Amino acid sequence: MRDHPLARRLLRGTTALVLAFLMAPMLAVVVLSFSPTELMVLPPRGVSLRWYEDFLTAGRWVLATRNSFVVAIATTLLATVLGTAAAIGLQLGRFRGKALLVTLLTLPLVTPYIVTAASMYFAYSLAGLAGSLAGLVLGHTVVAVPFVLMAVLATLQTFDANLLRAAASLGAPPWAAILRVVVPNIWPGIAAGAVFAFATSLDEFVITLFLAGPGQFTLPRQMYASVREFLTPTILAAATLLFLCSLIFLLASEALRLRSTRKTQP
Amino acid sequence: MRRTNWLAALLIAPLLLLILGSFLVPVGLTLFRAVADREVAVALPDTRAVLAGWDGQGLPPEVAFAAVARELAAVLEARRIGDVAQRMNFERTGLRTLLLRTARAGDRLRAPYAESLVALDARWGQRDAWLMLQRAGGPFTSLYLLRAMDFTRGPDGAVSQVAIEERLFQTLFLRTLWVSLLVTAICVLLAYPVAYTIARLRAPWSSVALTLVLIPFWSSVLVRTTAWFVLLQREGPVNGALVGLGLLDAPAQILGTRLAVVLALVHVLLPFAILPMHSVMTRLDATYLRAAASLGANGVQRFLRVWLPLSLPGVAAGGAMVFLLAVGMYTAPALVGGDRDQMVTWFIANFMTRDVNWGMAAALSAYLLAMSGAVIALTRILTGGTVQAGARA
Repeated sequence: MRDHPLARRLLRGTTALVLAFLMAPMLAVVVLSFSPTELMVLPPRGVSLRWYEDFLTAGRWVLATRNSFVVAIATTLLATVLGTAAAIGLQLGRFRGKALLVTLLTLPLVTPYIVTAASMYFAYSLAGLAGSLAGLVLGHTVVAVPFVLMAVLATLQTFDANLLRAAASLGAPPWAAILRVVVPNIWPGIAAGAVFAFATSLDEFVITLFLAGPGQFTLPRQMYASVREFLTPTILAAATLLFLCSLIFLLASEALRLRSTRKTQP
Repeated sequence: MRRTNWLAALLIAPLLLLILGSFLVPVGLTLFRAVADREVAVALPDTRAVLAGWDGQGLPPEVAFAAVARELAAVLEARRIGDVAQRMNFERTGLRTLLLRTARAGDRLRAPYAESLVALDARWGQRDAWLMLQRAGGPFTSLYLLRAMDFTRGPDGAVSQVAIEERLFQTLFLRTLWVSLLVTAICVLLAYPVAYTIARLRAPWSSVALTLVLIPFWSSVLVRTTAWFVLLQREGPVNGALVGLGLLDAPAQILGTRLAVVLALVHVLLPFAILPMHSVMTRLDATYLRAAASLGANGVQRFLRVWLPLSLPGVAAGGAMVFLLAVGMYTAPALVGGDRDQMVTWFIANFMTRDVNWGMAAALSAYLLAMSGAVIALTRILTGGTVQAGARA
C-alpha cells in the first residue's frame, strides 16, 4: 500500500527537516565545545581541547561530576532493588487493586517536577533531610524508580510462571526461587530499568535545585549556575560530555531491548 | 496462595513505603499547606482564644488588647515574629508595620491597653484589623487559593477581585495554558507526519530515523535548553545566520522572548509526541488498509477513514504527555524566557526561594496539580487508556 509519490516526497522532506531540527542544537553544542576561542561562532575557526582541559582541572566541575556520579550510583542501586522487588511482588500477588497500586507507584512520572520538588523541600526540611546527600538520593529515587518498575513489569509479562512452580516442586523456598529463577530470566529488563534510573538521576535538575545543600553541586546544577553567571565554552564541554553519556545510555538500553525480545522469540 | 500473597506484600512494601513517605505524604502536605492557617494560632494563642469569642461588633474587649500587646512583645523577644507579620501583611499590606510597631512598643504600653494601643497606632481603633486577626485564627483559610486566582476577602468576608494593578495570576494561568496548548499543537502537527513516515520506512532507514528521535529523547532537558541558550544569543549562530542570509539587518534579541520559550519547549517535547504515535502506528494492522483499497478507497480516503482513526490513540497519548510536561516545565522557560513572561512553575519557585511565602507556592502547586489531573482524566476518558511514559524535565 504505497503513498502517492508527491505525498511521499512531501512527508519525507518534512521528516528530514524535523529530524534535523531535533539534532542540530546538540550537534552545534558539540562543535562549539571544541572552539579555540571564547567566541561561540559557526563555522568554528579551528579545533582545541582547552575547554575540556578547563573542565577537567577546574575544581567546581570536577566536584560536580563526582557528586553527580555518587548520587546517580546510589539512586540506581536503591531504585533498581526496590523497583525490581515491587514489580516481582506485583506479578506474584493475587489481589485486587493492582492497577491502582501501579498508578500510585508511577504517579511521580506525571506530577509536575516543580510540585514534587517544592513538596519534598517542605517535607524534607521538617524531617531534617533537606540539604543532605540522603535527601537528594531519596528525591532522585522517587522519580527514577517508576522507570525500573515499568521496565521490569514489562519483562515479567514474558516470564513463564511454570518455572516458579517447577522450582517450588523441587523444594526451593520462595526467596531462592526469585533470586535463582526469576531474576536470571528477567535481567535484561532489570538492567534496562537501571540504565534509565541512572540517566534520570544524572540529568535531574529541578529536584536537585531545591533539595541540594549550598555546596552540593551536581553537573546539571553547576551548568545552570554557570549559564546564568557567565557563558563560557566550558559549559559546552560539560554539555557534550553529558550528551555522550546519554548516547551510551541509549545504546545500552537498545542492546538490552534487543536481548529481551530475542529471549521471548526463540 | 496465601503464602504467595504474603511474599508479594513483603516485596512491594519497601517501595510503597518509599513513595508514600517521600512523595505522596509530601505532596499531601503541600496541598494541606495551601489551606492551612497556623501563624496566628502559633504566635498569638491567647489573642486568638479571646477573639474567637468576640462577636465582631464594635471593638473587642480590653483582654484582647492586653493579650495582643503581651504576645506580640513575647514573639519579638523570641525572634519568631516574622511568620505572623508576613501572614498578616499578606492579608493586607501595612499590617506588618502595625504588628512590628506594637511589638517593639512592648513594655512602654500600659493598661488600659485599649487606649494605649490606639494611641500608639490608630489602626487598633478600627474594626478591620481585629476582624482580619480573628479570621486568621485558622485552622483553615481560603486566602492563598483565592489570591492565586486574583481574588481577596474583605474584612467583612466578602470575596472580590484584587485591585487591577495587583492582578497577576489569572493572566499567568491563561498564559501558561496558552503556551502549553500552542506547544502541544505544534508538537502534534510536526510529530504526526514524522511518526507516519518512520512507521512506513523500510529497514534500515526506519531504525536510523527512529534513532534520531531517540537521541534527543535520551539527552537531558538542561543540555538541550542550554544549547538553545547558546544558539539564540545576540552574537550567537542563529542571529549570525539570519544576518548573513540578509533576513535581518542587525542581530535580534531572541532570548527572553516568547518565541525562544516556544522553540525550546517544542524541541524538548517533540520526541514525547513522536514516540507514542510511532508505537501505535507500527502496531497498526496493514490488512485494514488493503481491505479498504480492495473496496475501492483511494489514498486520501484510506488515510482519513482508516489510518487516521486507528492512530488517534497515539495522538491523544502523545499530545497529553506533551501538554503535561509543558505546564510543569521549569527549566526551559526559566532559562530562555523573559522575567515578565514566565509560567506558573517559575512563580512557584520564586515563592519558595525568594519570597518564602509557602502558602502561595502551595496554592499555585495545587492549581497546577489540578490542571495536570484534569488532562490525565480527560485523556483516560477519551482513549480509555492510561498516560504512561515520563520525562526528565
